[in-house]
Amino acid sequence: MVEAWEFFIAHPALFLDWTLEHLWIVFVSCSIAMILGVMVGIYISGKGRGRLAEILLYLADIMMTVPSLALFGLLMLILGSMGLTVYGFLPAVIALIVYGQMPILRNTYIAIQQIDPALIEAGRGMGMTDRQILFRIELPIAVPLVMAGLRNAIIILIGIATIAAFIGAGGLGRPIFRGITNGRFDFIIDGAICVSLLAVIVDGLMHLAERRLTPKGLRKA
Amino acid sequence: MIKLENLTKTYPDGTEAVKDVSLEVEDGMFCVLLGPSGCGKTTTMKMINRLIPITSGKIYIDGVDVTTVNLNELRRGIGYAIQEIGLFPHMTVAQNISVVPWLRRWPKSKQRERAEELLQLVGLNPSEFMNKYPRELSGGQRQRVGVARALGADPPILLMDEPFGAIDPITRDRLQNEFLRIQEKIKKTIIFVTHDIYEAIKMADKIALMKDGELIQYDSPKDLLYRPADEFVADFVGADRALKGLQLIRVKAVMGPVSSTVRREDPASLAGEKMKEEELDQLPVIDGEGIFAGWINKGDLPGDRAVGEFMTPADTTVEINTVLNEALSLMLDKGLVRLPVVDMNNRLEGMLNFEDIRKGLSEASGQSG
Repeated sequence: MVEAWEFFIAHPALFLDWTLEHLWIVFVSCSIAMILGVMVGIYISGKGRGRLAEILLYLADIMMTVPSLALFGLLMLILGSMGLTVYGFLPAVIALIVYGQMPILRNTYIAIQQIDPALIEAGRGMGMTDRQILFRIELPIAVPLVMAGLRNAIIILIGIATIAAFIGAGGLGRPIFRGITNGRFDFIIDGAICVSLLAVIVDGLMHLAERRLTPKGLRKA
Repeated sequence: MIKLENLTKTYPDGTEAVKDVSLEVEDGMFCVLLGPSGCGKTTTMKMINRLIPITSGKIYIDGVDVTTVNLNELRRGIGYAIQEIGLFPHMTVAQNISVVPWLRRWPKSKQRERAEELLQLVGLNPSEFMNKYPRELSGGQRQRVGVARALGADPPILLMDEPFGAIDPITRDRLQNEFLRIQEKIKKTIIFVTHDIYEAIKMADKIALMKDGELIQYDSPKDLLYRPADEFVADFVGADRALKGLQLIRVKAVMGPVSSTVRREDPASLAGEKMKEEELDQLPVIDGEGIFAGWINKGDLPGDRAVGEFMTPADTTVEINTVLNEALSLMLDKGLVRLPVVDMNNRLEGMLNFEDIRKGLSEASGQSG
């Protein structure tokens, strides 16, 4: 433990770099996962798409069970056969987008499904267009659940992004992998603590954001 | 005017929800679609603003076939209120009321003015309620906001699907009375769906009684009660139609005149003299504006003191537009022989006694029975 602390104190710039790398990967993949997840979630919650929704949600569940190392490996193969970079940022981000889908997609879908049909009927009866119903009623009411899904996704991705260091994407996985190969226990502890701290801090920030973005009339107390 | 012509709704599975219904609703008329659940009344109503597509037949509003009008424009011109109310939880009361004005791109200031005006109309204090959220309101208050929202852009037509269905009986009675008073002011053409015959008789100018998708009888409440078209109507109306008839008659139609009154500031001895003259045991007391203040009873009434010092303050009164069964139950409840009748501003307008009620009822059934 003492060595871990001494190493951390000796190289603050290094850890800052790794943390920023880590955050960048998570930020990029989460942004894309959110846009994709919310759009697909809205689409599959539409009328007569129940079957499609079932299939997609099931697939997203299954993707969560694929070990991340295996997914990275698979992606390297696929990207390679397409003539793209098999190493670093791109495959890492793609894998994280896949893992981020499940919570976002599911929560968006459930949030829209849960909306009281009387609200939609009232909106339609007053002459709101489908677009207006989506943007003025469904989405604002769905915000709390979608945000909860996003928060969930970010926490999961901060963890999984550690493994992305294995395929050269950098981040806080670096000291951990280096520690494993060199038998340096202190490196592993430093990396692990940084990842956990990062997750806790980001989770807190997301909690605040969730509250702020929730429409006033829907806030509890 | 709203005109339904051979209106029919058949669902893909072959169910005939509405069969060949034709009826006309004149401007400013309160038309109630009445019938047991599954009789097609709600379906009929929802075809008017095309929430449910018409299978065959036509609906005309002021001579224009509704299927030829832009769908959303049509709906924005028709007020719509439903039993579940459907207030948007993330919007304030003011925003909820302004939905249709907003859709019609009214300027912000006009939307606000209109919301204030409507809150006033439904008896909610604008400064208190404009910025509240639906979850902060009671059931009755939500219902009022729902009505205000339906009136948002001042549509000539209102469609109401059991708007007072989900609230307790006392609040419902009050909201019904208030709504009737509002309707006197705004004179909208209203199509109102309910399964409650009491509500129908109380509210309607004309009732369309439906069964299994068919229109059985379209008549005034009185004719429906006393001239049922067939067995089904007679059954639906029930054996206690004399009691239901009490719903038909408003207090103002049968009440007697105020015999004589004294003012609060009159000398008490004057009250005594008047009672002796008219052989009464008590007299109603009014104040300067004609507002009912209370009763003064026979007894020792010295001339150097004012009536106000001896009177029993007003407690039970009935509003002039109340239906008879509410007035009667009030009298029985409080053990009153004479019930003071007041207008909206509490001005004394008349007196109601049991004999007035009996006469009113026998006239109603006698005229057409």
